[in-house]
Amino acid sequence: FRAVPDDGGLVDADEDKDIKTEASNDSWGNNNANDGRLLSPSPGSSASAGSNKSAAGASEEQQTLLAVLQFLRKNKLTESVEILRREAGLPEDSLEPKGAESSGAGSGGASGGVDLEGGDASSLLTAGEDQPDVNVVLSAYSQQGDPALYEVYYSGLKRFIESVLDCHRAELSQVFYPLFVHMYLELVYNNHESEAKAFFEKFSGDQECYYEDDLRVLSSLTKKEHMRGNETLLDFRTSKFVLRISRDSYQLLKRHLQERQNNQIWNIIQEHLYIDIFDGMPRSKSQIDAMSGSLAGEAKREANKAKVYYGLLKEPEIELPLDDEDEEAENEEGKPKKKKPKKDSLGSKSKKQDPNAPSQNRIPLPELKDSDKLDKIMYMKEATKRIRLGPDNLPSICFYSFLNAYQGLTAVDFTDDSSLIAGGFADSTVRVWSVTPKKLRKVKSAADLNLIDKESDDVLERIMDEKTASESKILCGHSGPVYGISFSPDRNYLLSSSEDGTVRLWSLQTFTCLVGYKGHNYPVWDTQFSPHGYYFVSGGHDRVARLWATDHYQPLRMFSGHLADVTCTRFHPNSNYVATGSSDRTIRLWDVLNGNCVRIFTGHKGPIHALAFSPNGKFLASGATDGRVLLWDIGHGLMVGELKGHTDTIYSLRFSRDGEILASGSMDNTVRLWDATKAFDDLETDDFTAATGHIHLQDNSQELLLGTYMTKSTPVIHLHFTRRNLLLAAGAYNP
Amino acid sequence: MAEERRQKQCSVILPTESMKAMAESVGVGQLQEESCVAISEEVSYRIKEIAQDALKFMHHGKRRKLTTSDIDNALKLKNVEPLYGFQSQEFIPFRFASGGGRELHFYEEREVDLSDIINTPLPRVPLDVSLKAPKEQQKAESTEPLKVAKPGQEEEAAIQGKSQGATAADGKGKEKGLIRLKPRSTHELSVEQQLYYKEITEACVGSCEAKRAEALQSIATDPGLYQMLPRFSTFISEGVRVNVVQNNLALLIYLMRMVKALMDNPTLYLEKYLHELIPAVVTCIVSKQLCLRPDVDNHWALRDFAARLMAQSCKTFSTTTNNIQSRITKTFTKSWLDDKTQWTTRYGCIAGLAELGPDVIKTLILPRLTVEGARIKAVMEGPVVSNIDKIGADHVQSLLLKHCASVIAKIRPQPDNVEQYRTDYGYLGPMLCSHVMKARTQAALQAQQVNRTTLTITQPRPTLSVSQSGLSGSTGPRTPSIIKVPSSLTLMSPRPGTPSQPSPPATKYIVMATSAGTATTQQVITLSSSQSASPVTSTVPSATSTLQPLVKLESGSGPGLTGSRPLQKYIVVSLPSSASSSLEPKSSVIPTSISSTSLEAGMKMERSESPGASTQSPH
Repeated sequence: FRAVPDDGGLVDADEDKDIKTEASNDSWGNNNANDGRLLSPSPGSSASAGSNKSAAGASEEQQTLLAVLQFLRKNKLTESVEILRREAGLPEDSLEPKGAESSGAGSGGASGGVDLEGGDASSLLTAGEDQPDVNVVLSAYSQQGDPALYEVYYSGLKRFIESVLDCHRAELSQVFYPLFVHMYLELVYNNHESEAKAFFEKFSGDQECYYEDDLRVLSSLTKKEHMRGNETLLDFRTSKFVLRISRDSYQLLKRHLQERQNNQIWNIIQEHLYIDIFDGMPRSKSQIDAMSGSLAGEAKREANKAKVYYGLLKEPEIELPLDDEDEEAENEEGKPKKKKPKKDSLGSKSKKQDPNAPSQNRIPLPELKDSDKLDKIMYMKEATKRIRLGPDNLPSICFYSFLNAYQGLTAVDFTDDSSLIAGGFADSTVRVWSVTPKKLRKVKSAADLNLIDKESDDVLERIMDEKTASESKILCGHSGPVYGISFSPDRNYLLSSSEDGTVRLWSLQTFTCLVGYKGHNYPVWDTQFSPHGYYFVSGGHDRVARLWATDHYQPLRMFSGHLADVTCTRFHPNSNYVATGSSDRTIRLWDVLNGNCVRIFTGHKGPIHALAFSPNGKFLASGATDGRVLLWDIGHGLMVGELKGHTDTIYSLRFSRDGEILASGSMDNTVRLWDATKAFDDLETDDFTAATGHIHLQDNSQELLLGTYMTKSTPVIHLHFTRRNLLLAAGAYNP
Repeated sequence: MAEERRQKQCSVILPTESMKAMAESVGVGQLQEESCVAISEEVSYRIKEIAQDALKFMHHGKRRKLTTSDIDNALKLKNVEPLYGFQSQEFIPFRFASGGGRELHFYEEREVDLSDIINTPLPRVPLDVSLKAPKEQQKAESTEPLKVAKPGQEEEAAIQGKSQGATAADGKGKEKGLIRLKPRSTHELSVEQQLYYKEITEACVGSCEAKRAEALQSIATDPGLYQMLPRFSTFISEGVRVNVVQNNLALLIYLMRMVKALMDNPTLYLEKYLHELIPAVVTCIVSKQLCLRPDVDNHWALRDFAARLMAQSCKTFSTTTNNIQSRITKTFTKSWLDDKTQWTTRYGCIAGLAELGPDVIKTLILPRLTVEGARIKAVMEGPVVSNIDKIGADHVQSLLLKHCASVIAKIRPQPDNVEQYRTDYGYLGPMLCSHVMKARTQAALQAQQVNRTTLTITQPRPTLSVSQSGLSGSTGPRTPSIIKVPSSLTLMSPRPGTPSQPSPPATKYIVMATSAGTATTQQVITLSSSQSASPVTSTVPSATSTLQPLVKLESGSGPGLTGSRPLQKYIVVSLPSSASSSLEPKSSVIPTSISSTSLEAGMKMERSESPGASTQSPH
């Protein structure tokens, strides 16, 4: 069946923006024109949406559109130009004269005199806005002041901010970093290499330590030529750095800059910064530090305002044919009373409609097969035997060590029922192990299948080839390291994503590759099946997360907006949302229905490598290279906790089946258990906090930490709670 | 600090000289300075960019080390062809040399010996990836249906040798951490293992000596005993505890033999169980009473045996962290220094120390010889206290003499003067003196033995005996048949002067003789007699070399130079190709008598100079 009526009209402005990025990317980069051609249909469809809402960001979008058109024209793709122009509803002559003008202005800007003052610069800038050209984004930097004065400007502002009242200082200090970067880039762009170097050396030490990685990239960039095709630079150009500043502080800054006639800085602030002004008390340094650190500043407040249906879907009613049998067995054990009330409570829970849950058919989900129902029954049976965890009752941890992996283990996954383990390796193989006595068997060949009796009761058993039974199977097909791996919920399929840019779907019946999904041209860092099967999500170096259905060879949705690699992808338990973590140090939550980005979480200081939804769907935990776990309230769009303790990258996070315990595994060879109940119960999400997003994090990591468990020399790269709440961990022994 | 580093990073670029060198290597002769600067800046920037991308791959590969494949992948990302192959240890295309005002870059191309490459043994085939989960963990969670740790995997791990030890320890460490809240579960043995354990322990302490030998052999060699090690260890420590109280000497000996067997097993790692084993062993060394009748039973042998075990475990397991040796030494010394210590314990302490080696004897025992001598004298010559004391003192005395004599013989220069010894070592002095002298002569004798064995080792190959027989001319009819031996064919080569094939390196034969002159010839005969029929041959001819001196006499300097070390004297005899001598009449035939006489002369000289010399092979 079809998942969503895919008419293209669903693509929103966000996606539109990304296309701009990609297009300009292509023009700078060494990609061939084919990319442009491939892209052209989608901007075509989306542009109609984009141009229709001409109210707000119309001019900007139009400019983008024109840039795309010009690019196409330059590459002699006249047909595409025609189509795009027609669809966008632009007049025929819209770009002819202006294009010429712009190139003239561009060169003029570049060769412009040194004594162009700020005022002229801004006028030049406004002119630039009108003139669409792919050069235009860069040439925004062509405004010039005296390069020698940059240092004076910057240190003047620094002195001012250091002299203001304490309560404003922290807020205003946020301006330093984006300002520093943009001023440096301006200097570089205008070929003032030595001044740029001096500027960098003088002020880079003042920046917050969590920007160090970006500064390192920046430091290597000393020539105008380097700016072409540099991703970090593109990020700064295409997205405005977002700051949240209270109205008072902002007024203070504005007044100061106007008094000093400091147009240079004022222009940068106007041009490249987005200042989100709020009323009320200025935030403290710790509040700011908690939220900052991402590549493009904090999230805008309105970005997290959309309604998210984080509730769980109603469990399908399953008549339990095997239940009587089970009941009898239980009766023999003499514990019938305890079980019944539990079951009732479970039943009643599922019957009550959660107000926060999406409607059952918000996105079409595959129907349950008989085997799925059987599995659900098994799950419920197991659930009754589940151990209730808590601070006094910690789970046992069973560690699966991969021996002789020679540093090559890159991904691990367990099936939900913990019967299979799959490992992805750097030598591009995928290996599947059975950890139950049941061995892995292939289906017989077609010729042999013809011979068997299709009417017999045990036909499912008969189709298996006993000769192929073994404890592990190797799946070969990728041509690069396998970075992501995921079992389908029904254990019939396995997904793997690789450096070679493909996602492959493997059958666990025949142990062969069924489909290779091509779409990411660059390494695919992660992939995951939806909890309901059928859909899966992948994300990679091309900064786009894609939603696929197993029976479509093209993606159903493209989630674009991240400013750097999408490093990890997770499905919400209700399959309606997808969370992605990125190297730009943000986490985004995307709506599967319409591809909108509904949440942006900032606060991590390093690339995010692990995500986990709480089983009730309300919370999200994220772990990054900075060794911290952050907890997020999805409904309110707030950070609600910070767990410090790990000393290295966190590669795995998992909530226990009932959500009481959060387990985190890290490169520092430890598994840590955290009291999730306490972390989430202690929240007081009053209206004010929810409205402003100003959080007060108490530093209670030590209280929440329930246990630290060292391995000898095995980084923990995957964690999994069995249905009975035994914690399984996996990693490669590293002699 | 971080800032400083950052600033440095900012300015780091490749030197322009490198650019020039690179340009020259591809044929661009004169590169202008500005171009070099521009290129080096560009190259530095690109390299940094690639390095940053490579880091990304490292993070996703879940590693801490950047590998060459990360760089390859980063290059692929930039659409650049990756570098193929990083085989060489250091990837430096050419090297720099300067001197005489000239700067030079050159390709370093080593000559590679093909045979070396061919002959290097193939590296071990890397083991396949395998999955392992601790067994105990599964047991601890009895409701858990998973059955992961399969016995097959366990065995596989055992075969992995060294890595197995590491992983087993790995698993252990983890359990300690992971099930902190649970009582530690014990190792459960399979039924077969339980049976085996029962059999072995019964045989070890049983009465049948044949069975015991078999059981000990099994303990010493069986590779799969790791699971049972904790039980064995407890068995031994408990056994010693009980049997010391009951003074059951025989059982104590059996248990010590078990310890010995365990230590002999190369697949066992006893470190974890030393806390049980060492006290047991030490008990057997120093316990006041080990048998029911101390005056009759030979518990001294047990003490000696246990002391040797102790010394062995010190040697094997002592590390800077556990300090076994120094702790043990301290224990022994402390109770030895105590005046009230009984003779039995005293004996054990001394034996334990003495077994630790000559250094320990030198620093700890020798300085106390006088005191100990006085104590022995008091017992031996004083009023009879008890027979047991007397026996004890007697044993201590002989123990001290036995161990100290050899050490003194090494550190004390000759001659051995009885009076001198008496002043130095008191009561024990005279006896020591005679022991030392005995030790010296014995050492000399041993040296001879060593000498003889050395000679047998350098026994020439059959080829040589062939030529020998030719030389002696006694076995005329035999030669043609022997020529068929392939290796002897070279000997018949028309140009004997050129070494025509990689001949065996043993072209020189060294005859070392210290015994009587007549014996010399005898000795050499025995050397060659195994293959050659010639009865009187004192020289061993060289196979290929022609320019070697016929007879070379080498004599060491006088005995005073090397202190107590005796004179070494050896005679090197080598002859030109024997084949030429025997088959081609033109070349000079070497009369055997010359070499033998010269040898004899050498022998005589030697005999006169070094009476108790221990000779060493110069090889």
